[in-house]
Amino acid sequence: MPAPIRLRELIRTIRTARTQAEEREMIQKECAAIRSSFREEDNTYRCRNVAKLLYMHMLGYPAHFGQLECLKLIASQKFTDKRIGYLGAMLLLDERQDVHLLMTNCIKNDLNHSTQYVQGLALCTLGCMGSSEMCRDLAGEVEKLLKTSNSYLRKKAALCAVHVIRKVPELMEMFLPATKNLLSEKNHGVLHTSVVLLTEMCERSPDMLSHFRKLVPQLVRILKNLIMSGYSPEHDVSGISDPFLQVRILRLLRILGKGDDDSSEAMNDILAQVATNTETSKNVGNAILYETVLTIMDIKSESGLRVLAINILGRFLLNNDKNIRYVALTSLLKTVQTDHNAVQRHRSTIVDCLKDLDVSIKRRAMELSFALVNGNNIRGMMKELLYFLDSCDPDFKADCASGIFLAAEKYAPSKRWHIDTIMRVLTTAGSYVRDDSVPNLIQLITNSVEMHAYTVQRLYKALLDDISQQPLVQVASWCIGEYGDLLVSGQCEEEEPIQVSEDEVLDVLEGLLVSNLSTPVTRGYSLTAIMKLSTRFSSLNRIKKVVSIYGSSIDVELQQRAVEYNALFKKYDHMRPALLERMPIMEKTATNGPSETVQTNGETDSTILDTKHLPSISQPASQVGFLKHGFSIQTCAHFRSNPNPNIAVITIHATNSTEADMTEFVFQAAVPKTFQLQLLSPSSNVVPAFNQGSVTQVIRVLNPQKQQLRMRIKLTYTHKGSPVQDLAEVNNFPPQSWQ
Amino acid sequence: MRGGAGGIQLFSMRFLLLFSRQGKLRLQKWFTALSDRDKKKIIRDVMQMVLVRPPKSCNFLQWRDLKIVYRRYASLYFCCGLEQGDNELITLELLHRYVELLDQYFGNVCELDIIFNFEKAYFILDEFIIGGEVQETSKASVAKSMEEADSLQETMEEYLNKPTY
Repeated sequence: MPAPIRLRELIRTIRTARTQAEEREMIQKECAAIRSSFREEDNTYRCRNVAKLLYMHMLGYPAHFGQLECLKLIASQKFTDKRIGYLGAMLLLDERQDVHLLMTNCIKNDLNHSTQYVQGLALCTLGCMGSSEMCRDLAGEVEKLLKTSNSYLRKKAALCAVHVIRKVPELMEMFLPATKNLLSEKNHGVLHTSVVLLTEMCERSPDMLSHFRKLVPQLVRILKNLIMSGYSPEHDVSGISDPFLQVRILRLLRILGKGDDDSSEAMNDILAQVATNTETSKNVGNAILYETVLTIMDIKSESGLRVLAINILGRFLLNNDKNIRYVALTSLLKTVQTDHNAVQRHRSTIVDCLKDLDVSIKRRAMELSFALVNGNNIRGMMKELLYFLDSCDPDFKADCASGIFLAAEKYAPSKRWHIDTIMRVLTTAGSYVRDDSVPNLIQLITNSVEMHAYTVQRLYKALLDDISQQPLVQVASWCIGEYGDLLVSGQCEEEEPIQVSEDEVLDVLEGLLVSNLSTPVTRGYSLTAIMKLSTRFSSLNRIKKVVSIYGSSIDVELQQRAVEYNALFKKYDHMRPALLERMPIMEKTATNGPSETVQTNGETDSTILDTKHLPSISQPASQVGFLKHGFSIQTCAHFRSNPNPNIAVITIHATNSTEADMTEFVFQAAVPKTFQLQLLSPSSNVVPAFNQGSVTQVIRVLNPQKQQLRMRIKLTYTHKGSPVQDLAEVNNFPPQSWQ
Repeated sequence: MRGGAGGIQLFSMRFLLLFSRQGKLRLQKWFTALSDRDKKKIIRDVMQMVLVRPPKSCNFLQWRDLKIVYRRYASLYFCCGLEQGDNELITLELLHRYVELLDQYFGNVCELDIIFNFEKAYFILDEFIIGGEVQETSKASVAKSMEEADSLQETMEEYLNKPTY
């Protein structure tokens, strides 16, 4: 039986494969050979075979059949075997595999091995991928090694302890005694890992944090020595002594000093010293400065120190090195809430970063710019941000547009300015604007009553230029539908009113209906707009004609709308003016409770009842809200405790604040197969107008399998003479209703 | 993508990857427990993101809830995923230190060294970092440990003659 091919030989061979298929063939052949070798329990070549398997694993091929072999290697007495075995364990075996626990005993033995390198392998493996069970079993051994005088082992034990604490936080206490003199070590490896361990403990336990505050003077001393000491070749990086250790100490100081006056004071001097003396020509110095700044900002430092920190960040912003600029922007973003004024001083530099070529920097600069916008600088900032929106990458446009809308809403100096800003966004980045911007903008426009004429004029003119940007087109259609009368009567005060006839307006809207650029949603908007104009324009016949044509549209949505509008003309003409009248001011509907999982099936809301919103249902304190988008019909439910734990009792309350009663109100519900439902009689079938009363109904749901409660509901009622049906699914029942 | 049970890992590395400009993985070190499928997806996504970056870009990017720090050395990308609280600049130093350690060990290291001696690349990494944290800040110390550990590896004769269990 020839010896299995060597690892390097295999690597060489595989690299000669010219196609994926060829490689796969070689791998399969070798895997087969390895498998038979494993089956024959070949001790001599197991190590070589596992190594090859690990190589193939890195190429992406399955290697799980080598897991047990790794365990055998770990158990071997040969160092070569152990080294590969532990590597294999770290790569192939993690806590998700059942067999990983078999490692525990081997690791235990190796932690007590006579050779420190074997102990090291065990510590490293445990510290890298030990599961909670393994950590529990072996924590004692780790704790022992944490107290050894062998610095090679001590440093590894410290990081292993960190991992144990991460996996099993309750074990943290047992490591406390061993931390007693960790910081008196001279060995930098031990010092570094000790600081990491202390940091971990302080982060997790407020008691530990108070306990370790007394270490602040010692930490300050160590840091001071590092800075003041001369050149130390062993730990030097570009003239700075052990930057890794300095950074970790600064981080620990940050945690210890946070919220504590005494500790903060004790570290004040050293922080100032580091901040002023650190060499900034290379990345390593800036890394330390960066950490220092973060620490200064987080603890209770005196104001002079804070200003120093922000100024360092300001200098970072001007650094040639992109990484430094990026990091500065990130940090300023963190501090902008707490030190707003100080950051504002650097606003112009930040805004300049919007023009940076680097994508990461641009993004940070954009986020920070939005954070800096306030009532005082809104005009100037918006100019810059709009310019940025014009020229930035498509990836940014959506976020930038949303940010601009938010900022405009908060700080708009005037309604005119607000509308102009929105127009600018819609015309420059109209296709990137988020879908929810359209309803938000419609609401904003509706509520800016005095600007209606101006808005519709500007939107109309924008449509003449470009009908490709759907959000713009949708908002414009809606506005023209609403305020078309203002448009043709030339009532605009803010700018020169344009002369446009009803036919021209209808031409534009009809153009949208037929254009290939329009999405189905847009077509819906424009058809409805045309319909609305029937009560604002006099060209009734033209509108009737358009509406009847679309009654046979293949687009189901359009067809339905057209059919209903036709019906409106033919049978319900007396209702048309009322239904299509001007929208009232819309209150921002507050969402009540978890409503994010509501889905509506069946008819959509935007047909006859379109944007004639049927507002609200008031809601008593309850956990489940059902909010229907577009409408504000809500049913609420709350739960009572019940003797039978498998039964959930749900009570629904329906109220109606519109001006007309909802009569013949019927509530129906359906549940998945594993549930059973019982609907008790409702209190009545009329939901009175103006919140004058409510209909309540009790539902009992039997849920023997304790599955998550879901329900399909159907509401039918008559409102203002027309029958209405709503379907929805409610999934957001709180867990206590079904657990 | 949170690490194992009970992990508030605020300041640590989630993974370290080495890959070539053609998108071939040369080393993967994971500091949290993830399924093979998740690992493969992360590798694919991160590689894709990093490989399209123009040459003079910033070495940091935001991806999901992580910071990605990467640097190209010759034909290899050294890349790691960090928690939000981490210091990116010192992580660049960390990557650089790892490259120096490889260079020290292999003498003028190149990608081929890492391909043909990947296990050594892992051993060196394990002397530098454990569980995502630096364990040794002295280059000389790491070099010495590797030398001594290597010397413990049996010669072929010793290996064949030594009993396994």
